[in-house]
Amino acid sequence: MIIIEDIHYSYASNIEALKGVSLTIKDGDFIAIMGQNGAGKTTFIKHFNGLLKPSSGTVRVNGVETTKTSVAALAKNVGFVFQNPDNQLFSETVEDEIAFALKNFGFDKETIEKRVTWALDFLSLTQYRKTSPFLLSGGERKRVALASVLAWDPETLVLDEPTIGQDHEQKEKLRQFITQLQTKNKTVVMVTHDVEFVAECNPRVILMRGGKIVADGIAKDILTNSKLLEESSIVLPQITQIFTKLSPLGLPTDIIDINEAELTILSKVKERQTQ
Amino acid sequence: MTIIKISDLVYTYPGGSKPSIDGVSLKIEKGEFVLITGPSGCGKTSLCRTFNGLVPHFYQGELKGQVIVAGQDITSKQTSDMAKHVGLVFQNPENQLFALSVEKDVAFGLENLGMSREEMRKRVDWALNLTGIYDLRERSPHEVSGGQQQRVAIASVLAMQPEIIVLDEPTSFLDPLSAERIFEVIYKLNQEQNITVVLVEHRLDLTAKYTNHLVVMNKGKICLEGNPRDILYSEETSRIGVGIPKATLLYKKLKTAGFEVNKQTPLSSDELADQLMETLSK
Amino acid sequence: MSVFDGLKFRKVFSPIHNLDPRIKFIYVIAIFISAILFSQILPLAILFLMQLPFVFLARVQKQWVRSLRGAAFLAGFIFIVNILTTYFYNDFNLTALNVESALAMTMRFVVLVESFSVFFLTTSPDYLGLALEQSRVPYEFAFAFTTAVRFVPVLAEEAQTIMDAQKARGLELEKGSLLKRIRNYIPILIPLIVSAIRRSLELAEAMESRAWGATKKRTNLYLLKLHKGDYILLGITALILIVTIYVRFFLPEAIPLISSFF
Repeated sequence: MIIIEDIHYSYASNIEALKGVSLTIKDGDFIAIMGQNGAGKTTFIKHFNGLLKPSSGTVRVNGVETTKTSVAALAKNVGFVFQNPDNQLFSETVEDEIAFALKNFGFDKETIEKRVTWALDFLSLTQYRKTSPFLLSGGERKRVALASVLAWDPETLVLDEPTIGQDHEQKEKLRQFITQLQTKNKTVVMVTHDVEFVAECNPRVILMRGGKIVADGIAKDILTNSKLLEESSIVLPQITQIFTKLSPLGLPTDIIDINEAELTILSKVKERQTQ
Repeated sequence: MTIIKISDLVYTYPGGSKPSIDGVSLKIEKGEFVLITGPSGCGKTSLCRTFNGLVPHFYQGELKGQVIVAGQDITSKQTSDMAKHVGLVFQNPENQLFALSVEKDVAFGLENLGMSREEMRKRVDWALNLTGIYDLRERSPHEVSGGQQQRVAIASVLAMQPEIIVLDEPTSFLDPLSAERIFEVIYKLNQEQNITVVLVEHRLDLTAKYTNHLVVMNKGKICLEGNPRDILYSEETSRIGVGIPKATLLYKKLKTAGFEVNKQTPLSSDELADQLMETLSK
Repeated sequence: MSVFDGLKFRKVFSPIHNLDPRIKFIYVIAIFISAILFSQILPLAILFLMQLPFVFLARVQKQWVRSLRGAAFLAGFIFIVNILTTYFYNDFNLTALNVESALAMTMRFVVLVESFSVFFLTTSPDYLGLALEQSRVPYEFAFAFTTAVRFVPVLAEEAQTIMDAQKARGLELEKGSLLKRIRNYIPILIPLIVSAIRRSLELAEAMESRAWGATKKRTNLYLLKLHKGDYILLGITALILIVTIYVRFFLPEAIPLISSFF
């Protein structure tokens, strides 16, 4: 559980990146943070594991204030996966890469072995156990980075732009992976620009603009609010675009899901046939 | 007129155990907007690097078969000679800008070609205007956004007035709105300047509507090629794992459920919305 | 946005920034020669004061003070070493003249620092790169210079991200013995090096694709032209050199010593 109360943050250049943000993240929540570049998203999530400390206000992770503890202690609860896997891979083998954090956290040898094996399996990387991470493809490297964080089984997983540079299939795998985490009651927070991905995952959406949260609600409400999205330079999901254009027909416009879209149109067709 | 002709191309990177391009033949006509797609590692990136000879000159490795671009056999030409014919725009905007101001970057290729200052000035301004970044010309690369950086990269190959522009996933680091703007710029170049465009992309949602020649690659081979409407409708495309536009998917679902909106498979949300509007308001 | 903003250069416009870097460089060399030629405090103090108008015209007072402050330690060191050596050399005696000459040596150093700092504070890197391109320096060298300026902030930002990423995986940089602490940096250095190599390959590709090395005779979008201000500065430079040489070689007796007034 992460409780953020009215935090402000300024960089050395005196630009206030966060201007009073409050948010409560409960265990098992699945949240997507959206907003244009410079909205403060990355600055915000870096507060969850103490990489940044608020200039004012408080961030409490499981009741502990982030200013009163170390990043390493916080990281045990809040796993953070960065956008570019190449910013963290350095080991000779995939296995060592995944064991890195476990060693830092002081797990014993047996536990490390067990967790590495589990993480490799969970992300279908077992065949690359002894391979150098640098020889893997972009998608695989991204999975290694994910596995290296997942290995210590943090309660909360923060993903920064997880879909960037990923193809259709990789995104689909990522979505399934997040669903799996959900069933384990893990908290997942992702920062993303990928409207389609958010529409498919259907999380709670938090929209940031100018260092503040401007909207917080279910995906269906926020991603279909064209005025709100336009102000944040976000395009409507493809499905919603269709229904926005069809509004003169009296169809609902708040649809993001393709199956719901199909049913809505089919019932409209049926309605016309019976008339 | 055929501007790119590839016959039986097989290419293996140095030290590679199996070919990255495995028997590809492809013909591209002048003025076409070609879209190449396929899952990561399918060979599309290697293929587009043959167009100006980066493969095999820069990457080395073993190349069999023939690639003729703008009348030149790439194996007998330097990449720097091909630059006048083919402009390549890469995925990461950050790593293709070297100068300390936007316009100096746009001029980089022309300076290398030894063009006179007056001619260069004209070309640079022309390229800046076409890509909509004239106002940014004196900025440093740090001061512009990723989308703008990518437009600088496009302007800088455009300034060399190539017959062909090849873009390798130019928007994969960009948000959807910036991506859409990039595609609009590219489409405009294709339509107004009659430049042949070869676009390598995952994002078919945003790009399928621009093309009339779609190429789907998988495992180093071209597995489907032709009219995007037929290809995106086909079962094989979904099986390969290509991101089919939502509008096309929805159309397919409706048709399977017994409601054919229109004879023509839609490629974009706008298209499907228009079709539905017409059918349902009759 | 980040702490590395300081590394990113911004264009500044002032009469001094607009001067041709080549002329400014000649000026700095002239000041350098003058400072070496004089060993008395008075002419060195005049050289020091003469550069103040530049600092104020360019509105770089703050940065200038900072660079002088940076040099203060070394200046103090030079002064003390000078005093001590003369003190021991003169059988543990110290005259007012000795102190004055130690001060003069220190002043000489300060003038040198000052002139170079004025040059670098008022010359934007792109302008300097351009000056390099249009001097007889090989283009590859000028290109390496501008590319370095372009990518240093990018790499610095990347280093920060890598540090964050490893800290987020429990890496504690400040923990352990000295040897351990050095080893702590391996997980930061390796990704940084790998990414720099990857970047340079991508850059090379992009350069090749834009006709790098197509002709021997490379042209340039910009032409550095000398303006009125540049000629004025050139005149001032010549004047400084003439006065220096004249006073130093023909009127060496005319330079008063401060200590002789007491």
